[in-house]
Amino acid sequence: MSEHKSGSNLEKVLSAGHFAFTGECGPPQGANVEHLIEKANHLKGVVDAVNVTDCQTAVVRMSSWAASLILLEQGIEPNFQMVCRDRNRIAIQSDILGAYSMGIRNMLCLSGDHQSFGNHPESKNVFDIDSMQLIHTVKTMRDEGKFLNGSDVDVAPKLFIGAASNPFSEPFDFRVYRLAKKISAGADFVQTQCIYNMDKFREFMKRAVDMGLHEKCYILAGVTPMKSVGMALYMSKQVPGMDVPESLIKRLRGAGKGKVAEEGIKFALEQIEEFKEMEGVAGIHLMAIEWEHKVPEIAERAGVLPRPVV
Amino acid sequence: MIVAESKPIKELLEMVKDFKKILVVGCKGCVTVCNVGGAKEAAILASALRISGKKEGLDVTVGEHTLERQCDPEYVNELKDVIEDYDAVISIACGVGPQFLSERYPAKKVFPGVNTKFMGGAVEHGVWAERCAGCGTCAIHLFGGLCPIARCSKSLLNGPCGGSSNGKCEISKEVDCIWDMIVTKMMEQDRLGELIEFRPPKSWTTARDGGPRKMIREELVK
Repeated sequence: MSEHKSGSNLEKVLSAGHFAFTGECGPPQGANVEHLIEKANHLKGVVDAVNVTDCQTAVVRMSSWAASLILLEQGIEPNFQMVCRDRNRIAIQSDILGAYSMGIRNMLCLSGDHQSFGNHPESKNVFDIDSMQLIHTVKTMRDEGKFLNGSDVDVAPKLFIGAASNPFSEPFDFRVYRLAKKISAGADFVQTQCIYNMDKFREFMKRAVDMGLHEKCYILAGVTPMKSVGMALYMSKQVPGMDVPESLIKRLRGAGKGKVAEEGIKFALEQIEEFKEMEGVAGIHLMAIEWEHKVPEIAERAGVLPRPVV
Repeated sequence: MIVAESKPIKELLEMVKDFKKILVVGCKGCVTVCNVGGAKEAAILASALRISGKKEGLDVTVGEHTLERQCDPEYVNELKDVIEDYDAVISIACGVGPQFLSERYPAKKVFPGVNTKFMGGAVEHGVWAERCAGCGTCAIHLFGGLCPIARCSKSLLNGPCGGSSNGKCEISKEVDCIWDMIVTKMMEQDRLGELIEFRPPKSWTTARDGGPRKMIREELVK
């Protein structure tokens, strides 16, 4: 993995062997550029790249490519997310070219939450291709210079290809194989779903390492600090594919009034410490949802600052 | 079969409120099997319309007639003498029926009496579930005999997505995750190798995406 595929900062950090640290920023439900810039600037210099979500939970927001460009203008490297829910293969390939042409170098390929979750449940979905095929599409365009129909791409988009992996959704035994499938399809790096059940994640990573997946792809462990007991309960009960152990909820409850958020951060810091040592984990993906201003503090306390300049 | 459900009577009454002579046309095909559009249901709907007319003090005539099938011109022709006496026709066949009636009897106002839901079957008495999306190129053998196009909420060919939980789909605890079933079955059948094979993007040209479809069997065309 020494030769650069995209030359993105994230790729360079990872390929130089540094422990990566990525963040996340959700675009606004409107054209509030100022607010987006304010949120993103909390992450500037603190993370290696910032995931820009694509209408997450199927709620209409500023388009992820436009928000990615705004971050680029701020000197922040975006990780442009794209879902298959809202675009067919024509729009997908077109947006890949557009994003690359404007300077985007990382792209995370996702199927996308079903529209029934969001604020336009009446909409028609697309799902012309799935996340696996999207990964393969980007790889084919980048490495072979071909569109899905086999015709030539006039200047190939050199993107660092990301994928998501959820070790906690079912069937558990198949999850590591699905990760392997994404890597074969072309994923250069993977960011996992938020991890709370450490036992299960240790088992997942053990299997991934046994299969040698960590040598073919950078695996970033997903961390989302809990802000409150309510958030933990919501994640546990309402978010499909999320595994929040009872012991964590108990621990947060036991923290006492006004101290739950700090306890949530402490748990996240303990996780990060373990991930630094865990075989096969190449970095952290910190999803501090609407808590961007806390990221510098978490990064500082996690000992991941300053970020490497590569 | 094609599975349908009756439209609410209120909606039907609103549709035909300006008509005095209404013919309810049933179908002995799929809609009879799923208990929404056969002779029995035609009789029930016709009497509901009559009662409502009486209640309103209107002089409404409602006839009923059930065809062998509404998706065959030969049977649709049977109506030619009956239909003359009516201004409005309610077809309680699937969406094909009212269209065949509209095409054959262009002067008549035709209304759909049911909402056509999907292609599927009865999984238990009174419960029907979708099985086929009619994509035009069947590949269920690649997925343990289960169709991810019709039965995965995202039609994933390389599932399951991260929203699969306890065998259920992320959209609802009432919806089975078909990919959970596919994986479980194929693992049991020792077919992991097939499961991890990359399934390329599907050509939707044979599905509705390719435009309205038609099938011609030359040997049957006279």
